[in-house]
Amino acid sequence: MFELPAIRWGEPYESLEVDEVKHFYTGEPVARVHTVGAGIVQRDAKKARHARRALQEMSPSELIGKCKKAGELFENGTLQVGNGEQSPEDFIEQQSATTGMPISMCRANVTKNAFVLKNIDQILDALTRGLDLNILARGYGEEGRGVTVSYQAQCDALGAVLPSNSPGVHTLWLPVIALQMGLVLKPGSSEPWTPYRVYSAMVEAGIPPETFCLYPGAGSEIGGAILASCRRSMIFGGPQTIEQYAGNPKVQVHGPGYAKVILGDDCVDDWEQYVDLMADSVYRNGGRSCINASSIYASRHTKEIAEAVAAKLGPIEVLPPEDPDSGLAAFTIEGAANSIWGAIENDVKDAGTTHMTEQYGERLVERPPVAYIRPVVLHCASPEAPAANKEYMFPCVSVVECPQAKMLESIGYTLVGTAITNDDSFRRDLITTTEIDRLNLGPIPTPQLDWLQPHEGNLIEFLYKNRALQLG
Amino acid sequence: MASDSFDQAVAKAQDELDAHTVEIVHWHFSEDTGCPFWLEKKRELSFNPLADVKCFEDLNKFPDFEDEWLRGGPVRRWVPQGLADHPVYVFETGGTTGIPKSRIAIDDFRTDYSLFSDTLPDEYFPPGSNWLMLGPSGPRRLRLAVEHLAQHRGGICFCIDLDPRWVIKLIKKGWMDHLEAYKQHCIDQAITILNAGHDVKCMFGTPKLIESLCLELEERGSSLAETGITGIFSGGTEFTPQWTKFCVEELFGGPPEKSGVYMTPTYGNTLMGLACSQPVTAENKYKITYHSPQPRAVLQVVDFDDTDRVVGYGETGRSKLTTLTQEFFVPGFLERDEGEREKPHQDYPWDGISGVRPFSRLEGGTTVGVY
Repeated sequence: MFELPAIRWGEPYESLEVDEVKHFYTGEPVARVHTVGAGIVQRDAKKARHARRALQEMSPSELIGKCKKAGELFENGTLQVGNGEQSPEDFIEQQSATTGMPISMCRANVTKNAFVLKNIDQILDALTRGLDLNILARGYGEEGRGVTVSYQAQCDALGAVLPSNSPGVHTLWLPVIALQMGLVLKPGSSEPWTPYRVYSAMVEAGIPPETFCLYPGAGSEIGGAILASCRRSMIFGGPQTIEQYAGNPKVQVHGPGYAKVILGDDCVDDWEQYVDLMADSVYRNGGRSCINASSIYASRHTKEIAEAVAAKLGPIEVLPPEDPDSGLAAFTIEGAANSIWGAIENDVKDAGTTHMTEQYGERLVERPPVAYIRPVVLHCASPEAPAANKEYMFPCVSVVECPQAKMLESIGYTLVGTAITNDDSFRRDLITTTEIDRLNLGPIPTPQLDWLQPHEGNLIEFLYKNRALQLG
Repeated sequence: MASDSFDQAVAKAQDELDAHTVEIVHWHFSEDTGCPFWLEKKRELSFNPLADVKCFEDLNKFPDFEDEWLRGGPVRRWVPQGLADHPVYVFETGGTTGIPKSRIAIDDFRTDYSLFSDTLPDEYFPPGSNWLMLGPSGPRRLRLAVEHLAQHRGGICFCIDLDPRWVIKLIKKGWMDHLEAYKQHCIDQAITILNAGHDVKCMFGTPKLIESLCLELEERGSSLAETGITGIFSGGTEFTPQWTKFCVEELFGGPPEKSGVYMTPTYGNTLMGLACSQPVTAENKYKITYHSPQPRAVLQVVDFDDTDRVVGYGETGRSKLTTLTQEFFVPGFLERDEGEREKPHQDYPWDGISGVRPFSRLEGGTTVGVY
């Protein structure tokens, strides 16, 4: 069994409190993680400047080289993780075992995370919109227009309270080390694997270990302490978390994305061409990401669209995680699937809402101690239907009938909006609306991210302040 | 033989507990001495406490004590007739929303803390030195109890203003910035007292506040030892071995013989007295084992489902408290905590409990504030 000590600025720390991370189905312990209290987090946070100083000893190009090497090691290396050696296959198996995610999905996320590290120069180029990284490192410089620009770092280390359910989100904090800032991470309670493996890969690649803190475990106290003591941190959570930290400049909150596919009136009659795109947007990565589509908006043909997407997704069965065709992840928190299914059943009671996947068999699949929900497609006769803008952690989509003129006032917050339209006027409105964060103009599946575009709350804007600096 | 004398001590303690139980039950269920609540309750019981309670075990004949009985008045129904002419305090617990639970007290808190005082080493809690009460103010037993402890040891107690109900509200509302600000407000008060030349050497603090105080002192380039504090007592489920390790090794700067700061844990609540622990050291991995102040209060570790059954030594169960004083009779109150049953100790020849933590089966859990 893997023993994962807490990491305090690179120093392993053995705690007297140890949590077991268990196999999602058998309950067998897979890892023991050493948990710490808020006091340790707060005390360590005061030393964050040492992490930044250690990274500032290296140039951005040196750090980029090491991050690239770390990407290779993360993907292909056998690494010392905690008290054991971990091959890439071990990592994938362990991640699947404790989260209930299919092996294929875990493997895909390895590729995704490794891609970001291996292409960190291009990612940073995209995040900074082409800024010379030496300007960030030095604090100021010339952009080439004869004007001094200055960016002031807002923290020495970024805190991150990470989820258990979506290893793809780690791409959001991976660029931080190359920006010469430390990382204070609270791994998800059932997914300590990615942060620990990234840490091991980074250290193996030559990044100073004293730039990392890892505080594993289930306690919400650790997350609260990270948010309270880091000057900049990110957290992943549900609507309640978003509400709690809304407007807090120190915290970047990542929650439900309510991603959508929008069919313009000029293209909607060709809806059949986009059925695969819509099904893919809902189902990819087990429908668990904030970038999976949770609603499809169109002014007509909505029943047929819903039927066609249901015909694609409805028959999908629950398969063992090791099956290469397995695409559904287990709900491992007791009662979670039942509660979600109850909420959906409640929404379907609405007169304007129809369950389109009903004919494909029972959706709730109970395999104690876990449960699954097979893909659900709903049809909503109007955006006022209770299910019109809901998001769950499995492939679930509502096809919403809505006049084009009312769409942008009905969709609400949309992390990724794929708009299929060639109507210039509608495109202008789509570009103008502040409801859509990442806008795809044209038939691009919502989970298809171009990494050379900044994603969900630009990290640079969060970590740096664009300020004035005058040279005398 | 040593083990024989220890066995004798255990047996003697049990005999004393049985005798004390009979005496206290008689007091509370006799018309001329009992309180209206228990005299009224007696009519509902299927047995006669005066005749049928012959030992501690017989208290299982009582239904589990429901703490809901403590909500609302009239509070006088809890005052034993035999003590009706004494000045009475009322202490509250809970009350963030709704009616708090209240218990009457006359001298119990003083007696409990005088007994606790005997367990404190004079080297670190010097008689005559002054105290800081870094804990809740308001209608709390703890506030007056710590003040009594200071006075009993010849000192004077300084207190801060701290409303724990507001703290719980802040946590429930998710107003974490306000929570931090309020905590800072409490710590500012404490540091002001410590820096005011009052020769404070001893303190009570909740684990969270001790931690915050140390971190703030560190931020200001000082330390607890530098302020002159040598003895601390604290308590509750947050006082875990890991937290103790952190405090001793990092916040205090080492064990007492090196840092000069000694800390001891306690476990208790408004309903019972104060359970003490043996010294907690790195050698025993900071294990904390509490023993109640028998026979005035009894701590049992019982089966989660069959709460009359005490679990085996080393096994996990729910904490069950019984209070047996002339002022207050609480048979079998199921705490919101769990832990492991521990064997009697030479200083406390009766059962103990270790690893105390919030009861895992309680829905929604409990909100632990600053206290």
